[in-house]
Amino acid sequence: MIRVVLPAHLRTLARVTGEVEVSVQGEVTLRAVLDALEGRYPVLCGAIRDHTSQRRRAFVRFFACEQDISHESPDMLLPAPVAAGVEPLLIVGAIAGGITLPKPSRAPEQAAF
Amino acid sequence: MSQVRLLIGTHKGAFILTSDGKREKWEVSGPHFAGWEIYHVKGSPVDPNRIYASQSSGWFGQQIQRSDDGGKTWEPVGNKFVYDGVPGTHQWYDGTPHPWEFKRVWHLEPSLTDPDTVFAGVEDAALFRSTDGGKTWQELPGLRGHGSGPRWQPGAGGMCLHTILLDPANAGYMVIAISAAGAFRTDDAGATWRPINNGLRSEFLPEKTAEVGHCVHHVAKHASSPDVLFMQKHWDVMRSDNGGDSWHEVSGNLPTDFGFAIDVHSHEPETVYVVPIKSDAEHYPPEGKLRVYRSRAGGNEWEPLSRGLPQSDCYVNVLRDAMSVDLLDPCGVYFGTTGGQVYGSSDAGDSWQAIVRDLPAVFSVEAQTLL
Repeated sequence: MIRVVLPAHLRTLARVTGEVEVSVQGEVTLRAVLDALEGRYPVLCGAIRDHTSQRRRAFVRFFACEQDISHESPDMLLPAPVAAGVEPLLIVGAIAGGITLPKPSRAPEQAAF
Repeated sequence: MSQVRLLIGTHKGAFILTSDGKREKWEVSGPHFAGWEIYHVKGSPVDPNRIYASQSSGWFGQQIQRSDDGGKTWEPVGNKFVYDGVPGTHQWYDGTPHPWEFKRVWHLEPSLTDPDTVFAGVEDAALFRSTDGGKTWQELPGLRGHGSGPRWQPGAGGMCLHTILLDPANAGYMVIAISAAGAFRTDDAGATWRPINNGLRSEFLPEKTAEVGHCVHHVAKHASSPDVLFMQKHWDVMRSDNGGDSWHEVSGNLPTDFGFAIDVHSHEPETVYVVPIKSDAEHYPPEGKLRVYRSRAGGNEWEPLSRGLPQSDCYVNVLRDAMSVDLLDPCGVYFGTTGGQVYGSSDAGDSWQAIVRDLPAVFSVEAQTLL
């Protein structure tokens, strides 16, 4: 089983506490783990990666074995300790963010209502 | 015995305030969806225990929650909002083309006849509809297909479709408003739309009376009067007597005609409420005095309502969806502030009490009258 640690808001949304475990058939890639996670907890669809493009949401990050794998290919094999269930995959909400800040800078008052 | 239920959306969760018909003592439930932004919560007029909530997060995107027991329990339903066809571009703040991107649901408007049908106004501006209780959503593409979309631009809060007005006597009627595009009307249930902005003037536009591009903050109407519309624009309080075909200003003696919220008395179609805000640069009441203004003449002649409201050192804002009225007699009027207060009046605005004082910033207030 693959161990996954969700951020607090997603644990609440999925109505779980602590780590969750998912089963992956075949190669243990990030994509495969996220597919399994969303299959078990459909409410997470769209909350980690975009429904259509499947791209990681901008303020979500993926850590494994103390490595930031957020910008790696989702088809890259996850580290062996994660695949073996020794280490968890960490899904983390970026410490910054929370408001949408598109490309050209917005004045502070424009970031609120 | 009648009851009033207030559905409050805030920066960090939803709250439900309940009182009997006297509207003196209130029970507070919440936070629901703690820590998430709740832009709007609204109940079905057909089945008041069916409530929809827009839950969103800059980190984790959009969720739609549904309750079938008056807000005691909730279930997440569908959160897949995909624009119809190629989304295209709208104007960015600097006038350059910018691709349409879904960000959040600002407003949920349940059908007047079917509890499973609900409309969603979203950012970037578009109108979606669900006919299965929120499980799946489809865009009504005629609105963005009107052709003026490339000239729409975001207001300070984003390019949001924030107002959806339905009419009990005409199933095909709908008026919506977008910051900053303006107001639009359909008479064929959303198949085709026309901009209804004739008479609006916006100084920030190169063509000040353009067909689209106006920063409409909110539009309200009385249930019995589909053709009489009241608008709080970025600046200017406006009125239309012909369903939006033309507008005229009714700001009259208001201390400032900037603001966000506007609503209509539930029994008096010519009685209108606004909360004047100092300016687009200073989002708080003039002179630090929180005052609702009421016109009993359909505009132009306004009286300040301040009994029970702070009259010094008050620097909160009242956002566009944060005012609502109940159906009781006398009419109850409610509004929430960015300081976390929810004020209520059980005498049509003559006097006010703080129902709660310390919620997170209030985004929206909806009153349900349970008879």
